[in-house]
Amino acid sequence: MTAPLNLLWLQSGGCGGCTLSLLNAEQPHVLELLDQAGIRLLWHPSLSQESGGEALDILAACAEGRERLDILCVEGAVMTGPHGTGRFHMLSGTGRPMMSWLLDLAARARHVLAVGSCAAFGGITAGGGNPAGAVGLQYDGEHVGGLLGQSFRAGDGLPVINVAGCPTHPGWVLDTLLALALERFTASDLDPLNRPRFYADHLVHHGCPRNEFYEFKASAEKASDLGCMMENLGCKGTQAHADCNTRLWNGAGSCLRGGYACVSCTEPRFEEPGHPFAETPKVAGIPIGLPTDMPKAWFVALAALSKSATPKRVRENAVADHTVVTPAVKKTGLK
Amino acid sequence: MTTRILGPFNRVEGDLEVHLDIADGRVAAARVNSPLYRGFEQMLPGKSPLDALVIVPRICGICSVSQSAAAVAALRDLIGLTPPPNGRLAEKLIGACENLADHLTHFYLFFMPDFARPVYRARSWFATVEARFRAVTGSAAADMLPARAEFMHLMGLMAGKWPHTLSLQPGGTSRPLEQAEILRLITLLRGFRRFLERHTFGDVLEAIADLDSLAALNDWRQGRQSDLALFLAVADDLELHKLGRASDRFLSHGAYGLFEAGIWNEDSGPAPLDAAAIAEDVSHAWMAGLTLPPAEGLTRPLPDKADAYTWCKAPRYAGQVMETGALARQMVSGHALIRECVATHGGSVQARVLARLLELAIVLPEMERWARALTPGETWCHHADLPDSGSGIGLVEAARGALGHWLSVRHGRIENYQIIAPTTWNFSPRDTAGNPGALEQALAGMEIEANDPMPAAVQHVVRSFDPCMVCTVH
Repeated sequence: MTAPLNLLWLQSGGCGGCTLSLLNAEQPHVLELLDQAGIRLLWHPSLSQESGGEALDILAACAEGRERLDILCVEGAVMTGPHGTGRFHMLSGTGRPMMSWLLDLAARARHVLAVGSCAAFGGITAGGGNPAGAVGLQYDGEHVGGLLGQSFRAGDGLPVINVAGCPTHPGWVLDTLLALALERFTASDLDPLNRPRFYADHLVHHGCPRNEFYEFKASAEKASDLGCMMENLGCKGTQAHADCNTRLWNGAGSCLRGGYACVSCTEPRFEEPGHPFAETPKVAGIPIGLPTDMPKAWFVALAALSKSATPKRVRENAVADHTVVTPAVKKTGLK
Repeated sequence: MTTRILGPFNRVEGDLEVHLDIADGRVAAARVNSPLYRGFEQMLPGKSPLDALVIVPRICGICSVSQSAAAVAALRDLIGLTPPPNGRLAEKLIGACENLADHLTHFYLFFMPDFARPVYRARSWFATVEARFRAVTGSAAADMLPARAEFMHLMGLMAGKWPHTLSLQPGGTSRPLEQAEILRLITLLRGFRRFLERHTFGDVLEAIADLDSLAALNDWRQGRQSDLALFLAVADDLELHKLGRASDRFLSHGAYGLFEAGIWNEDSGPAPLDAAAIAEDVSHAWMAGLTLPPAEGLTRPLPDKADAYTWCKAPRYAGQVMETGALARQMVSGHALIRECVATHGGSVQARVLARLLELAIVLPEMERWARALTPGETWCHHADLPDSGSGIGLVEAARGALGHWLSVRHGRIENYQIIAPTTWNFSPRDTAGNPGALEQALAGMEIEANDPMPAAVQHVVRSFDPCMVCTVH
C-alpha cells in the first residue's frame, strides 16, 4: 500500500465556482473518487474540518517542508495589486498576501494545478482593465510568466498544469488528479497552453446537437432560437478547445445545449473578446472567427453553397424556439 | 483587553477574517474583514449592457444564478420587457434550484461539521453527529453529494450548466424545453423530494412546511430520526436559540412570487420595501467617497485609508443595519413558526438554520407545480432592443439573502454598475455613526474561553449567516 497523496487546495482571486462545480461530480462523487484514488485532502477551504489556526498549521507545515505536499491546487487568480503588493488578497489570519503563500507552497509541491481559467491565465478576474492586478500562476493572459515565471517547474518536472475553464468541468479536474495519482501524466499530456490534452484536444463544436444547423449555416437570430449560434450570436464552439458537448455538464447540459453561445472560457483572454459576447464580429457579413483549421476561402464557399441548399425544415426551425417542421416520415422503408 | 484575530474561516464561501476585542471573558467588540478585492464594479463600465450576463455570474460560484437573475432583472427594468409565462417559470425553477442546493450545501457541508469538533466530545449526541457530519468522512456527505448532483441535473436541462449559465435573458430563457424534457424535470424533482423526506426531514415535505409554532415543532420531533431532528437536539443542548442575535431588523427583496418583499422590525412589524432608502456607507471600508445611494455609488479602492478595516462597504436601510437571508425572508413573509422563534428569543443561530430547512420543504413542492405548468411549443423568450441610455434596478433573493444590482447605461454602454450582495448587508463594517454590522452585533457580548483559539460558538454564529464572501466585496 503506497502512502496517500497529500492534496492542498487554496482559493484566491476567483468565485469559488470551480469547487462548487467539483461537487457536481457523479458516479462517483468527488470525495469517493479522491478516496479511491488514494488522494488525501490535507485541506480544502470549503470541505475540510479545520479552521483558523488548525488550517494555518497545515499550510505552514507544507510551506516549510514539514508536511509532504504532493498536489497543490490553486483556484482563482493571483492578486498582485495594488502596485505589486498583493494586498488585494491577504490570507486571513496571517497578515500576509496570498501571493506570497503561493510562491512558498508552489516551490514545495510535486504537482501544481491551476484550477480554472483565473488560476491558469487571470480569467474573468483580469477583465475590464484588470483593476486588481490579477494574473495566472504561470500565465498572464496568453503570455507565459504570471506569478511563478516561465522557468518554473514543479517537483515532477512539469510546469503548472492549466485545468482551464470557467468553471472547470468536475471531470477535467478529477481526471487530471486521477492521472497524476496513477502516474499516467507526463509532459506529452499537455497542449501548447499546458492544458491537459484529454479535454483540450477536442473542440466544443464536437458533439454539438445543433450540428445540422451548422452544416447548412441555418443560423439562430435571437436567444431561444434553435439554429446555429456561430453566425450571429457570438458562438466560438468551432474554435474553443474543450469536450463540453461530449462530456456534458450537470447530467445532459452544455452551454450550447443551454441555448447560449460558447464564450471560449477555456482560452486565455476569453474575458476580453473585443466585441459584445453575444454578437459575432463580422467583416463584410462574414464572421472573422473561422472554425479552427478551416481555410477561409473554403469556409466562404461552403457556407454559400450550404446556405443555398438548406432544407425548408432546417431553415424554419433555426429561427423558432421549437420544432415547427418535423422530419419527413418515409413510408417506404429506409435504405 | 486583548484582541484576537480569527481566520481563515473555512466552510464559508470565500475569505473571511474576524477581529475580536475580548474583555472579562466576553467579546467587547467585533470587526469583520473581507480580505479579498477583485473589482467587478470597476470592470463593467464601458461594456455592452448584455455583457453583464457573462461577467456578473462569475462574481460568485455559489450564487451564480442569483447574480445572473439580478442582472436580468436590472436589464429588464432598463428595457421595459416582460417575459412570457414559460420564461417566468423557467427563471423561478433555475433560481430555486440554486437556492435550495445552496441551503443543502450549507447545512450538510458547511454548518453541521462544526458539531463534530472534539470540544463537544462529552455531549450525548457527539458520536451520532460525528459519524454523520464530520467533514469529508461523515455519512451525510456521501448521501447528500449524489442527491445534490442529481437535483442539479435541472441546471443541465434548463440552464446548460451550473455555475455560470447564460440562459437567463431579459425576455425569458434561451432554453425551451420539449415534452420529454419536462417529464425528466418532474422526475428529478421527485427524486430530490425523496432524498429530503428520507434523510433531511424524516417526514413528507408538506408536514414540515405546515409546522406553524414552536409547540408543533416540539411535538413533531419527538422520537423522530432525521437530520433536522438531530440538529434540533444539538440546538437544544447548546442553546443555539440564545446565540447570535443581531439587530433583529430584517430585509427581503421577495422571491418566486411566493415570499413577499419588505422589511420587518420589532417596532413596526412588517412594512413594504422602499429601495430608495438604501445607501452604502464607506466610512470603514478601504474605499474613497461618501455615503451614496447605489444608483450613484462609486467604487474606488483606497488601500491606505485610516480607520478602515475591510473591502466591504456598509449598506444601510434608512440608516439602519439590516439582516438578510432565509430568516429575513420568512420573517417578512410571516411564517408563523419563524415569527414565534424571533418573538421568543430574537434572531439566532437556530432560527437561521431552521428557516433555511423550512424553505427546502416549502419551495420544492412549488417547483413541482411550476414544472407541471411549463407548456412546450409556447414562447420562452420575448425580445426587444436595448435603449441607448437609461437605468435599471434588479432586486432578487439569493439563498443567503437580498441581492441588488443598480445599472445605468449611456450611449449604449454601461456607465455605472453597483452591486449590494446579501453578505454585504450581513457582514458590513461599522458606519459613520459607529453602528456595527449585523455579524459584528451578533458576536458582541459572546462569552469566550480564554484558551480557545478558535471558539466553536463563534464559528456557529458566523456560519449561521451562510456567508458568501466572494459576493460580499465582488
